[in-house]
Amino acid sequence: MSLEGRALACSRGAVTLFRELSFRVDRGEWVAVRGPNGSGKTTLLRCAAGLTRLDSGEIRREGNVAYAGHLPGIKDDLTAEENLRGALALSGAPVDAERARAALDEVGLARRRMLPARRLSAGQRRRIGLARLMLEPAPIWILDEPLTALDDEGQSLFARTLSRHLERGGLALVATHHDLAIAPARLLRLGEGARA
Amino acid sequence: MNATAQATALPAPSGSFTTGFSWAIGRDLTLALRHPGETLLVVAFFVLVASLFPMGVGADPQLLLRIGPGVIWVCALLAAFLSLPALFSADYVDGTLEQMTLSPHPMPGWVCGKLAAHWLVSGLPLTVLSPLLGLQYGLQPDTLAALAVALALGTPVLSLLGGACSALSLGARGGGVLLALLALPLFVPVLIFGAGAAEAQAAGLSPAPHLSLLGALLVLAVMALPFAICAAVRIALD
Repeated sequence: MSLEGRALACSRGAVTLFRELSFRVDRGEWVAVRGPNGSGKTTLLRCAAGLTRLDSGEIRREGNVAYAGHLPGIKDDLTAEENLRGALALSGAPVDAERARAALDEVGLARRRMLPARRLSAGQRRRIGLARLMLEPAPIWILDEPLTALDDEGQSLFARTLSRHLERGGLALVATHHDLAIAPARLLRLGEGARA
Repeated sequence: MNATAQATALPAPSGSFTTGFSWAIGRDLTLALRHPGETLLVVAFFVLVASLFPMGVGADPQLLLRIGPGVIWVCALLAAFLSLPALFSADYVDGTLEQMTLSPHPMPGWVCGKLAAHWLVSGLPLTVLSPLLGLQYGLQPDTLAALAVALALGTPVLSLLGGACSALSLGARGGGVLLALLALPLFVPVLIFGAGAAEAQAAGLSPAPHLSLLGALLVLAVMALPFAICAAVRIALD
């Protein structure tokens, strides 16, 4: 189980975001993607997930991918519980109401699970995504700024979720400006260095 | 902790066409039921416009009989078009389209599920209501039957064609207008054969040739368009 990119290159219009970029994430480790705004972190993650096409290079994914980007993938008209169960059913791992409730309980949405998602704050919507990650069966996690809008407690909850995922043999590629409680196996720096 | 402990075994879930299909149709119907207003709006539009014509053109029975099938078809077409802009763009804007694309299920599965849900909340009610509206135009029972059968065959084609146009206009500025320019001309063959079936019946001819052509259009659309939609969605997400 691994995620590997070889000699990746991607440009947006006239701007070359990265060239000859290679990385590898093995089971049980996470790699942080760092770089200034506009350096191509999101593009790299979208390429790794298979959403955006590369100019050249090759991505090898051994296992299913769970991708969480800037867009939450949450339906405003569905409740937190429906959103969570819907997302998991889509990942091919439907859960019963009890487990969905337990996960929502853990992220602190126990009393709000029957509210439509439109009534939740930005941080609470993020927590639905966190609950999904807790139950997510996909071994490869590709996460774009997962800590946005989360408070301190939410951030440590995320760190715990990630370390549990790594312990059971998962791997993750995470773009983040924050330092997490667990250190990444490697840093992947985008920006000046990659462009040279 | 309990919830996650049970997830430790990592089975590799493999997707399937039917799971994706039922997931999408179930979710879209749930969303439609949450906001029945939007569905009813389409139906109300259809009923209102089709009822305004007899008042507008006067109560000449011959004229009404003549224009009835065509007017009802145009109304059905516009009503089906009303709900198209949101078909894929709602999922595109909130990120669910990304999630569906990355899911283990093959894309045509959930694409067909979404299209089926669209037909169930737009095409099907229109088909069911069309005989009632036809009565306002004094259409004979056999003409009403031909009209309903033609709509039953034609409205799924509208959902498929409209879905393809809706996916193609994803992410474009002024998507709604672009969608109208793309979709309405493509609806023309469906309109011609659909209205033709009822008119042929009214003129004492067999509607079978028109219905066969509509059926052929439907088969072609079902076979080709879901794949075109998948390609369009991939391009939009790139």
